[in-house]
Amino acid sequence: MFKIEAIIQPFKLDDVREALKAAGIDGVTITEVRGHGRQKGHKEIYRGREYHVDLLPKAKLEMVVPESRKDEVIDTIMNAARTGNIGDGKIFVYNVGEAIRIRNNDRGESAL
Amino acid sequence: MSPTKRAYLRVCSMLLCAAPAFALQAGNTDAEISALKAAVKASQSAGDNAWMLVSSAFVLMMTGPGLALFYSGLVRRKNVLGTMMQSFVMMAVVTLLWGICAYSLVFGEGNALIGDFRYAFLNGVGGAPNLDYAPTIPHLTFMAYQMMFAIITPALIAGAFAERVRFHAMVVFSVLWLFLVYVPVAHMVWGKGGYLNPFLGGKIPVFDFAGGTVVHITSGFSALVAAIMIGKRHGFPHERMVPHSLVLSFIGACMLWMGWFGFNAGSALAASALASSAFVATHFAAAAGAVSWMVAERIKNGKASALGAISGAVAGLATVTQGAGFVTPVSGAIIGFIAGFVCYYMVVVVKNKLGYDDSLDAFGVHGVGGFIGCLLTGVFATRAVNDALKLANGQAAPLGLVDGNAGQIGNQLIGALIAIAFGVIGTWVSLKITGLITPVRMDKQQEAEGMDVALHGEEGYAFED
Repeated sequence: MFKIEAIIQPFKLDDVREALKAAGIDGVTITEVRGHGRQKGHKEIYRGREYHVDLLPKAKLEMVVPESRKDEVIDTIMNAARTGNIGDGKIFVYNVGEAIRIRNNDRGESAL
Repeated sequence: MSPTKRAYLRVCSMLLCAAPAFALQAGNTDAEISALKAAVKASQSAGDNAWMLVSSAFVLMMTGPGLALFYSGLVRRKNVLGTMMQSFVMMAVVTLLWGICAYSLVFGEGNALIGDFRYAFLNGVGGAPNLDYAPTIPHLTFMAYQMMFAIITPALIAGAFAERVRFHAMVVFSVLWLFLVYVPVAHMVWGKGGYLNPFLGGKIPVFDFAGGTVVHITSGFSALVAAIMIGKRHGFPHERMVPHSLVLSFIGACMLWMGWFGFNAGSALAASALASSAFVATHFAAAAGAVSWMVAERIKNGKASALGAISGAVAGLATVTQGAGFVTPVSGAIIGFIAGFVCYYMVVVVKNKLGYDDSLDAFGVHGVGGFIGCLLTGVFATRAVNDALKLANGQAAPLGLVDGNAGQIGNQLIGALIAIAFGVIGTWVSLKITGLITPVRMDKQQEAEGMDVALHGEEGYAFED
């Protein structure tokens, strides 16, 4: 099992979710986050006081998938989230030791 | 014949029968005429009273929710309730003080500096008009209308020391300030026999239609003194302190704009042509202020901002307040244009250069706007709009520079300087006394925690379901 964590442009969230749904991936957790990589921030001015804002709003998707589907999911996210510009985000992949469904104590891939 | 027509005929015939009976009853023409006069007077009074009650409610709406929203949107999220409370508590506290004696000390005859206690506890303030101030509306309506001005004035000052003053210190300060600054200045400008009131026997003629001097100069210059005496917020100016919701500020500013019609047009104290003139001049000034602030921003930053647009409108409104019922609508627009540019320059350039922390620009908008509005009234006031001031021969007196009375600018300046002196000294004294009673500032930890939790024990936004 792998945990796939994708940090993407928030305006691409709907595209990515639709693509995942079409690919048959149901479970996903989404968080509104702020951060930046190479993308530069922007300037805000309030009554003459300037602030440089370098933490930009992003959407973070987390999902755990069986090994057999890992590459497919990564490709799906990449294709749906890419604009080709700086700030498109990143995908991180982790090994997952165990998954447990709280309702009925299912274990492993059957809990996904 | 249709049923409607039949009913109409029946009403007409009833009236025809009643008319001769009325004439017989009245007996003679003099009595008829005086009865008609009384009826006309009563209907005028009803119209005026309706407008003034609505205006009173409008002016209250400027404080809550108008100013409360405008200010609380400009602070950080942790201070939203504390900032709203600073406006709201004035609606409660000043109202009671006004009834107890503040109204009497402003509008009781007294001397040139302050009124007396004749109306304390609203003694003698009832349904009959006060002939000196507003002869067509109940004295109670006049009292209530003026009360709303006394409520918003100290609430305006709070913008200068936003996010760092303890709640009951703010209340104590505002109460002292009301009596040391607002009461004497309002009496001098608007009270019978007041030193600066040309319409009721004053020495120096200062034209202040709706409170440019009484409300905006006093509160604005007091705000500057308070910001300097209380000191900067911790972390100012290097920490990021941005408005947490310009959406709230936007709604608040629009309510201020709307409420200002009650403030300025209501100051005609009647549903008259003068009220219409003040209404239109006010509206034009707000529009022009918004435009000129946006233009200034566009030139300086390349972008016109929402905060800039609403700040400009409020600057235009504050600046035209003094002259609203003395200047033409076109002059109102000119005043608004000047206000937008000058206040922008004060808030954006001068304040940031001098480095004091007038957090929500109570001085930059209200103090500066009030001051230039006071002088510009000396320029643009004209008897073509307001002929209440009479010469010895009964003709309307020339008012401002446009009427050929250049000296009026000097009179306006004297009025402004007196109000500034009261504001500066009264604020210094009020803050010193407050400091003897209770600590004025929140401690560093409270300030970090925010007013909502530290002072009020609650949060403005509880999103956990």
